[in-house]
Amino acid sequence: MPDTPNVPEFPLIAPLGLGGWLVRFGDRPDDAANRAALSFRAAIDAANWKEVAETATALASVFVSFDPMVTAADALRHKLAMLLAERDWMGQGLPAGRRRWTIPCAFGGASGPALTDVAQQVGLSADEAITALTQTPVRVLTLGFAPGQPYLGTLPPEWDIPRQKTLTPMVPAGALVVAVRQLIVFTASTPTGWQHIGQTSFGCFRPDSDSAFPLRAGDEVVYRAVSATDLPPFGGDGGAICEDLP
Amino acid sequence: MTPALKLIAVGPHVTVQDTGRLRTLAFGLSRGGAADRYALAEGAALLGQAADLAVLELAGMGGTFMARGAFCVALTGAVMSAEIDGTPVLWNACHMLQDGQTLCIGPARHGSYGYLSVGGGFLTPTLLGARSMNPVAGVGTPLEAGDCLPVGGGGRSGLRLEPVARFGSGTLRVLPGPQTDLFTKDMLSRFSETTFRRDPRSNRQGARLAQDSDGFSAKGGLSVLSDIIVPGDIQITGDGTPFVLMPDGWRLSAARVGFAMRSCAGRTGRTHRRIALPVCGPG
Repeated sequence: MPDTPNVPEFPLIAPLGLGGWLVRFGDRPDDAANRAALSFRAAIDAANWKEVAETATALASVFVSFDPMVTAADALRHKLAMLLAERDWMGQGLPAGRRRWTIPCAFGGASGPALTDVAQQVGLSADEAITALTQTPVRVLTLGFAPGQPYLGTLPPEWDIPRQKTLTPMVPAGALVVAVRQLIVFTASTPTGWQHIGQTSFGCFRPDSDSAFPLRAGDEVVYRAVSATDLPPFGGDGGAICEDLP
Repeated sequence: MTPALKLIAVGPHVTVQDTGRLRTLAFGLSRGGAADRYALAEGAALLGQAADLAVLELAGMGGTFMARGAFCVALTGAVMSAEIDGTPVLWNACHMLQDGQTLCIGPARHGSYGYLSVGGGFLTPTLLGARSMNPVAGVGTPLEAGDCLPVGGGGRSGLRLEPVARFGSGTLRVLPGPQTDLFTKDMLSRFSETTFRRDPRSNRQGARLAQDSDGFSAKGGLSVLSDIIVPGDIQITGDGTPFVLMPDGWRLSAARVGFAMRSCAGRTGRTHRRIALPVCGPG
C-alpha cells in the first residue's frame, strides 16, 4: 500500500522534546514566513508569560521552551494557539526595536575570489553585482550554526544560485558568502560550499565583550564597499555603524 | 589559600560543565552543559550540594589531578578507575582530597563521559551566564596540563550511591518531533526495529548511530529547512545516518525523525534498539 507522508498546513504547532513547542510558519525559505516568525516571537516576549523559559527563531519558526516539571505542555500549547489565531502573522510588518548595521566590506579579488563567477551566474558584471549588494538592505533572518552568525536575506530571485558541490577548504572569519538568495558573514574560519564574494572585519561573536552577540534576528544590514587596504583589522565592529531603526 | 585542582595530565576533551546557559539559543549558541545530567545530579547528591554547580567532564579519557588545599571530590558518570596517591578508590562515591594529594583517573570502562565534582563546585569564570565550556564554538579555551581550577570548598566524603542504570545496551524511547511526518510509516517502523551502535565518531555535538542495514531518508531529504534543534533531537544526515544531538549540537539542514528521551551516553559499541512511543500527538 502506498504510504504518502502528511502534507502539513501552516502555521502549525509541533512538540520539540519534552519541554518545547515549535511554531512553524512554513517549510521553505520564505520572507513572509520569516517576518511572521520574528513578529510572533516578539509578541510572545512582550506577553512575558511566566511559564516561558526561552524563545528563539529560526528561518521560519519560533521555538518556545518551558520547564515540563512545572508547566503543563498542553496549557501552553493552547495559549500559543490562541495567540496565533489573533492575527494574520504572515501579513505582519516587522517588530519594533530593530537596528540598521552598515558594515564595510571588501568585495572581489583576494577578498572575495568567487565574485566574478557569482556575478556571471546572476547576469551582472562584477561592479554591477557590488552595486546591487551594497544597495539592497538585507535582514538578519536568523542566527545560527556558529554563535552570532547571521543568515541574511532575502536577495532578489536572480540570486538563487546553488551552493558549490565541492567545499572551499577554508574561508576566514568575517568572510561574506552568498547562495540560495542569502548572505552569511562567518563567525569563524570554516570550510563552506557557499560562494566567497567579500571580506568584512565584523566580529559576529565576541565572547569577552559586553555585547557578545552584536546582531539580533530582524536587524537590517547594509554593506559599504571599501578596498581591502581600508578594511580595519578583524574584530569588534570592524568599522560598522549601528543605528536604531524608527 | 583558595582551594584549587591542578591538572597534571588530561585528555583532549576535558571541559568544565554545569547545567548550561539559557537565552543564548536565539543567538545561535546551544545551551550546552554536562552531557550526562544524571552524573551531575549524582555528584551533587554525594557531596550534599546544589546540582547546578560546575564540574569537570572527562570525555572517554581520565587524567591526573593534584589538590591545592583540602576539599572533597565525587566521581560519577562513565565508570573509570581511580586512585588517590596510588590507593584505589570507589567510583560513584565521594572522597576527601588532602592538600598535595594526587587523584589519578583511568579511561572509561562503561559509558562515555565521566565526571569529577568538587565540594562547592569549580569557580572558573562565568561565560555568558554559565561556566559550561564549548571550545568548538569559541566559548572558553580548551583545558590543558598546568591549568589550576579554583574550587569552592566544603562538601563531604565517605558516601557512595547506586547510580541510575544507563551505560549498557537498551531501548531508547522516542517521541515524535516536528518532522517525523516527513518519514513514511514503513521507514519509521524499520527505524524502530533497527539495532544501533553508538559510533566512536561521536562528540558533544552529536552521537552517531551506526547500523548494518540501509540508511534512512525523508521525503525532501537534503532540502529540509534548517530549524531550531535541542539535545535529544534525532537527525538524519544526507547519507542516511541518524545522529542524536548532544548539548553542544547546532542547527543542521537535516530531517529529524524524532526525539530521544534520554541522552545517548551509552558506551561505544553497545547497542541501542529504539521504539517509537507516541506520547504527544503532532500539533
